[in-house]
Amino acid sequence: MKVKALTGTGAGAEAMRQINPDVVPAYPITPQTAIMQKFSTFVADGIVDTELIRVESEHSAMSCAVGASAAGARVMTATASAGLALMWEIVGVASGLRLPIIMAVVNRALSAPINIHCDHSDAMGARDLGWIQIYSESAQEVYENMLIATRLAEKKLLPVMVCQDGFITSHGVENVEIFDDDKIKNFVGEHKYPHALLDIKKPVTHGPLQLQDYYFETRSQQIPVMEESINDYLKIGEELSKITGREYKLFDKYNMDDADVVIVTMNSTAGTTKTAINRLRSEGKKVGLLKLRLFRPFPYKEVAEALKNVKQIIVLDRSVSFGANPPLLGEVKNALFDVKYEGLLHSGVFGLGGRNIFIEDIEDLFNKALDGKLEKSFYVGLRE
Amino acid sequence: MTWIFYFNMKEVYEVRIHGRGGQGAKTASQFIAEAALGEGKQIQSFPEYGPERAGAPVKAYTRISDKPITTYAPVVNPDIVIVIDPTLMVSVDVTEGLNDDGILMVNTPKDAEDIKKDTGFKGKVYTINATKIAIDTVGKNLPNTPMLGSFVKVSGVIPIESIKDSIKSKFLKKLGEEKTQATIKGVELAYDGVKE
Amino acid sequence: MTLKSNKEIPIGGLIDEAGSSKKFKTGDWKSFRPITDFSKCINCMMCVCWCPDDCIPTEGNGNDIKRKETDFSVCKGCGICANVCPVKCIKMEEEAKFLK
Repeated sequence: MKVKALTGTGAGAEAMRQINPDVVPAYPITPQTAIMQKFSTFVADGIVDTELIRVESEHSAMSCAVGASAAGARVMTATASAGLALMWEIVGVASGLRLPIIMAVVNRALSAPINIHCDHSDAMGARDLGWIQIYSESAQEVYENMLIATRLAEKKLLPVMVCQDGFITSHGVENVEIFDDDKIKNFVGEHKYPHALLDIKKPVTHGPLQLQDYYFETRSQQIPVMEESINDYLKIGEELSKITGREYKLFDKYNMDDADVVIVTMNSTAGTTKTAINRLRSEGKKVGLLKLRLFRPFPYKEVAEALKNVKQIIVLDRSVSFGANPPLLGEVKNALFDVKYEGLLHSGVFGLGGRNIFIEDIEDLFNKALDGKLEKSFYVGLRE
Repeated sequence: MTWIFYFNMKEVYEVRIHGRGGQGAKTASQFIAEAALGEGKQIQSFPEYGPERAGAPVKAYTRISDKPITTYAPVVNPDIVIVIDPTLMVSVDVTEGLNDDGILMVNTPKDAEDIKKDTGFKGKVYTINATKIAIDTVGKNLPNTPMLGSFVKVSGVIPIESIKDSIKSKFLKKLGEEKTQATIKGVELAYDGVKE
Repeated sequence: MTLKSNKEIPIGGLIDEAGSSKKFKTGDWKSFRPITDFSKCINCMMCVCWCPDDCIPTEGNGNDIKRKETDFSVCKGCGICANVCPVKCIKMEEEAKFLK
């Protein structure tokens, strides 16, 4: 094991190097470009055996991924924001065709206005397309989530996207533990796609038309498979734990056991929340964090179990769903409905377009909640 | 040794570096982080910029700690501010968030007293003509690397050897022995030459 | 400069005045500025044509055309003018020297 100073994109590229995919279609977009750039140096230096295909757009990147994956290749790619939006049509195709494509999504705000910075609108906009979604707090988690994603995708025959905060994680250098190539190669294993176009002994056709008579049956197959993925995710995580010593649960509980107020959030803001919690705990205040890792499939039962007795919950979303509850709030509310939650549920929207959130902002939310003065729904850092 | 005493007082040591796109502010922040990583520290280094183009003002940050750093919020109150391009000081408030017990270090031919007058900053000011050192040693206007030497002297957070080792491991293959030694010489000159 | 609230700005990010980009002085960005030795300038117009930001005004027409001083309020210091000058009468000098 080596400790390296890596950005989130660098950590993603390291994971890709160790996974050694067969095909990577590459198209650049800020802030993911560095993943493809770094990986392409591995290709050029002959460190990986990957066929790197430079395509003309993200729509082509996902189309290429679908073709290669259907052929039987292990396929990885990366995108963000407008790139994910451009490939949206084919993103749904990938899951509909049950292709185990792994994609790093570096969360960046959707246009308009044009913005290159972090928010979750891109991945959230694609949350109904049938991809498994794993969110990463740090470069270390990006590295490990990519490894889990590969095993999970190939086990369930569902595509997986691994998310990280644009610029904050993608461009932030941190110390990252990179494990031995052999151990990881062993963990990731070989890819044997059971319906490969290139397997001439078992000829298949991918991607037919299905009208009112069969579309429903085909699409509905994905539903239980997605739900079962929760258990597979946990099992695969346990295997990785043996190598890394870290745990890969559906969510991390930080100081939750006796917390009067719990923040629920994802990605890097969870880290900042931990610092705020440390400060408040040293003052004797009982506050905690539920950091969600797996967003799709959403672990309703487990989240409800963890939150049902918490007096006050603050869900912090880094995206909005115009005309409805913000995505994470909506799911948490759903979960809590089933357990007849009787506490206070607050909803905060923050950080759109890369608007910073500070440790002091989070301390403020906790303190207001503890004083019974926190609004039901609010924005953090917005000039209203 | 004063540096151990200082370091234990604050849990996370925070650096802010001001430069323009293309001047190596981000690279400098990464250098410091990697050198600290070599000393077994926990590190973060990250840039802050608008549209990507040469010439636009850029800020870069480094955090160094003995414990894991959990926050990803911006650095609000740096312990030290390093200014690579003094022309920035006309349009950017380089002392923003810098408390009076912090340090301001500027690449300039001017004296610390002049910088104090220009900025109104009441804390410690250090100056070093890193541009001249860079041109004299490597023949190019790359003041960011010599300034690492000044940073190490003034902050005491990591030993100069770790910067030299970082430079050797990063540049030896790319630049060759002669240019690497010239770069290290620049760092040493800036280490010795930084003044209050 | 106080930033406005979401109620004080037009909808959809609209910019509702014409020619507003003229107010944005990109000259603040430069680290080097082109200094022209007009005694050596042959008025070939290479720098004028190559400047990506149209920073060099001219006067006169045809064979009488002459370049004027660079508009430093928009010049970003890219150095292309110095690079293309056939008689090398343009030198890039540190911007810091010209600031107060």
